[in-house]
Amino acid sequence: MKKDEVRVCILRVGGTNCDAETKRAFSDLGVNAEIVHFNQLLKKRNLFDYHGLVFPGGFSYGDYVRAGVIWAKSVAAKIGADLEKFVEKERPILGICNGFQVLIEAGLLPAFDGVSEYPEAALAPNIPPGYNCRWVYLKRENNGKCVFTRNMPKNRVIKIPVAHSEGRFLFPKEKENEYLKRLCDNDQVVFQYCHSDGTLAVGEYPANPNGAFNDIAGICNPQGTVFGLMPHPERAFYGWQLPDWTKKGTVPAFGDGKLIFESVVEYITKKF
Amino acid sequence: MKFNVKIEVMLKPGHSDPEGETTARALRELNYPIESVSVSKVYMVVLEAGSKAEAEKMADGMCRRLLANPTKDDYRFEIRETR
Repeated sequence: MKKDEVRVCILRVGGTNCDAETKRAFSDLGVNAEIVHFNQLLKKRNLFDYHGLVFPGGFSYGDYVRAGVIWAKSVAAKIGADLEKFVEKERPILGICNGFQVLIEAGLLPAFDGVSEYPEAALAPNIPPGYNCRWVYLKRENNGKCVFTRNMPKNRVIKIPVAHSEGRFLFPKEKENEYLKRLCDNDQVVFQYCHSDGTLAVGEYPANPNGAFNDIAGICNPQGTVFGLMPHPERAFYGWQLPDWTKKGTVPAFGDGKLIFESVVEYITKKF
Repeated sequence: MKFNVKIEVMLKPGHSDPEGETTARALRELNYPIESVSVSKVYMVVLEAGSKAEAEKMADGMCRRLLANPTKDDYRFEIRETR
């Protein structure tokens, strides 16, 4: 498939944000990206008209009950079966920040044995508490399964901002070790929080900005086609979005976030 | 029949409660002898059901399907028939 034939759907509802930045990132890579309200998708669009789907960041439905859960359950109730087919067809789904929370609450991640009826993980309130908006370093841990990171070498350190108050990835206490082993065995750990030299944060704030278990910042499903992460790659797509370019004299053309978008676009063009 | 359902969702034992810890600190600053604070959410639900047993089943379903994340949350509920 040629790039200009690729169609990506960026879903939005009340409270989502950065849908425009995400659209611009995809559009600048030469693919067709469309911002579609969830109700518009239900009434006037077909999910299978798109080769990729994005749940953007924000505070969907005010983050009431728990961050992302209202939208997650609405999605599961209204298009759950279609989404499962979408995943089976290995069409990629990206969840950024609130979108990651949606994917976890909807059981689309980690989805050890397929889409789960109840969440197998949680993105709990940050430790230290409160909203945290800062640039963090991420280490690419995935061995190649995740279709969103194939354009960056393993152990590559990238710089991307986080902006959330509920991003502490955790598993049920009684299953922590079992689930972590499954995550690692399945090559589902995609990014871990680290220091600028690539050494893992080991829970240390602010390198790990939320107290996430095992420094987990992003995971994929066992097929590598559904990917969620707390940091915002669309806020690090262009060089002028970076925090320190004015000190460097020249503006880099792009930031590290571009690698994620490039990877998935390349996957789609080769796969379909 | 109409029922009032009081649903409480709280963290499972052993899970960190940053909101509770921050609240405890603030209360200590106001000179209260606080040992600990834990935060839970309470939902007051009014629903129609054929019997109390049916209302209980619904309340349990609501908790498992939306209100609680089994990774970190426990829940309990009280049901009272109303008019």
